[in-house]
Amino acid sequence: MSPAYILKRIVLVGYTLLVVSLIVFAITQILPADAAVMMLGENATTEALSALRAKMGLDASIWAQYGHWLAGVLRGDFGVSMRTGQPVGPVMIEALGRSLLLALFSIVLMLVLALPLGIIAAVRRGRIADLLVSVISYIGVSLPEFVTATLVVLVLADWLQWLPATGYVPLTENPLQGLRHLVLPVLTISVILIAHVSRMVRSELVDVLHTDYVRAARLKGLPKRTVLYKHALRNALLPTITIVALDVGYLLGGVIVVEEIFALPGIGRQLIVAIQSRDLPSIQAGALIMAATYAIASFLADIAYARLDRRIQYD
Amino acid sequence: MIELLRRVLRSPQGALGLVLVGLILLVVIMGPWIAPYDPESLAPLQRYKPPSALFWLGTDQYGRDILSRLLHGARATVVMAVFATALGTLAGAVIGTISAFLGGRSDEAIMRTVDAVMAIPSLLLALLIVNLLGKSSWNALLAIAIAFTPGMARVTRSVALAVRKQDYVNAAIARGESARFIVWREMLPNVVAPIIVEMTIRVAFAVMLFATLSFLGLGAQPPASEWGLMVAEARRFMHLSPWMILWPSLAVAFVAIGFNLLGDGLRDALNPRT
Repeated sequence: MSPAYILKRIVLVGYTLLVVSLIVFAITQILPADAAVMMLGENATTEALSALRAKMGLDASIWAQYGHWLAGVLRGDFGVSMRTGQPVGPVMIEALGRSLLLALFSIVLMLVLALPLGIIAAVRRGRIADLLVSVISYIGVSLPEFVTATLVVLVLADWLQWLPATGYVPLTENPLQGLRHLVLPVLTISVILIAHVSRMVRSELVDVLHTDYVRAARLKGLPKRTVLYKHALRNALLPTITIVALDVGYLLGGVIVVEEIFALPGIGRQLIVAIQSRDLPSIQAGALIMAATYAIASFLADIAYARLDRRIQYD
Repeated sequence: MIELLRRVLRSPQGALGLVLVGLILLVVIMGPWIAPYDPESLAPLQRYKPPSALFWLGTDQYGRDILSRLLHGARATVVMAVFATALGTLAGAVIGTISAFLGGRSDEAIMRTVDAVMAIPSLLLALLIVNLLGKSSWNALLAIAIAFTPGMARVTRSVALAVRKQDYVNAAIARGESARFIVWREMLPNVVAPIIVEMTIRVAFAVMLFATLSFLGLGAQPPASEWGLMVAEARRFMHLSPWMILWPSLAVAFVAIGFNLLGDGLRDALNPRT
C-alpha cells in the first residue's frame, strides 16, 4: 500500500464531504420557505424581516451564503441554533459521542454473535444448524428498527420488566444504570447487523472452504480446526471488514430511529428534533457530521483491508 | 421466463418467497373487498378489544377493526414501496448506464459523486427530502426513490461495464449510431435482469424505509391505515393492548421477508455459478 494510495483516498474523503455539504446545504437552505419568515412568523413587518435577513446573511447570493457557511464549518463553527440560540457544533459533537458509544456496543455485540453464527452455518452447511441460522438472519434483516424496538420493549421492558423502556443515564454518572438503559437500544440496532454479517461470513467461508489451498491443507493431514481457523477463516473474514464498514451507513440510519424511540439524546435524536422544529443550522450540522462519520469509517476500512490483504496492490 | 420461474421454484427460499409475495399481491389487490369491516368506521363501544371471533386481530383505540385496516393499508404500504423502488431503479439505471457508456474521466467523476451521495445514510437523505417537500405519502415515495438512485446507479454501472465490452455494442458504435440509441436500445435491455434482482431485494428495504418514515410522522398521515403509521399510533397504547402494535409490525416484517426471499431466489436462479 503506497502513500499515494492513502493520499488518493484522503482526497476522496474530502471530495465526498464537499459533495455532501453541497447537497445538505441545497436541500435545507435554498429550496424551503424563507428562514426569516419561519423565525418571525407570517405577520412580521417587512422591515423586521429584511433586518433579520441582513443579520443572518440571507440577503447575500446563494453561493455567498454557501461559501460563508462552509468557511464557518471548516473553522469548526456550525452556526447558531435557531431553536435554542446556542452554538450548534458543540451540541452535535457531544450528541455524536453518545451515538458512537451506542454504535460501538452494537458492533461489539454483532461481532461476538455474528462470527460464531456464520462459522457454524458454513461448517454445517445444509444441516439443521445452517437452516436455523439462515431463518434467523432472514427474519433479522427484514425487521425495521422500529419493529425490533417494539418487540424488545414489549418483551423485556413491558412483560418481563427487566429493563427500562426509555431514557438515558450517562455512564460516567451511574455506570450500572447507564448500561441498563443502553441494553435495549444496542439489542435493537445489532439485530439487523448480526443477521447481515452472519450471512456474509457464512457465504464467504463456504466459498473459501472450496478453494484449492484449503483442500491442500486438508489433504496434508492438518487437523480440521487448524484448517478452519488458520487457513480458511482468515481469508473469509477479509471481505467482512468491508461489509461492516458499509453497514455503518445502515447503523447511522438505524441510530436515528432507535434514539428517537428510546429517548436517547444522541445525534439521531438531535436531528429529528431539528427537522421537526426546522432548525436549519442544526439539520445541516447533524447531516454533515453523520456523513463525515460514514466517510471516515469506510476510509479506515479500505486502509485496513489493503494492509491485511497482501494480494491487493493499489496504485 | 417459464424456465426462470422453474429455477426460482427449485430453491427453497425462491419458492417460499414467490408464495409470500403472491399472497401479498393478492392482499394488495383484494384487500379492500375481503376486509370484514370499514377500516375507518369508529365504534366507541368496541375499543381495545383483544383478538376474538368477531374481530380476528382485535380493535384499536377508536374501535376500528385492525384486520380491516391492515388489509386496506397493504396498498398504502406495499404499492408505494414498489413504486418508489421502481422509480429509483429507473433513475439509477439511466445514470449507471450513461456513466458506463461514457467511460474514462466522465465515468470516474460520476461514480465518485455517486459514492459521495451514498455517504448520506438512506434514511437521513429521505428524512431531509421529505422535510423539504413536506410530509405526505407521495413525498415519502419520491424521497425513497431519490435515496435509492445512487445505489442502483452503482449496481447498473458495474453490469453495464460488462455489457459495454460486448461485440454488439462495438458494432453499434462502428455503425455510427447515436449515443442515445446505444444506451437505450443496445445497453439498457441487457442490464435488466441483474437489476430486477437488486430491485426485488430493495423493495423489502423500501417497505421498511417507507414504514419507518410514516412511523416518524413524515410519511402517510392519519387516518391512513399505512402500517408504519399504525405502529406509531399504537405505541401510546402499548401497555394497554400489545396486539395493536404487534400486528402492523409483523405485517411490515412479513412483506420484507417475502421480498428478501424472492430476491435471493431470483439471484440464485439467474446466477449459473451457484
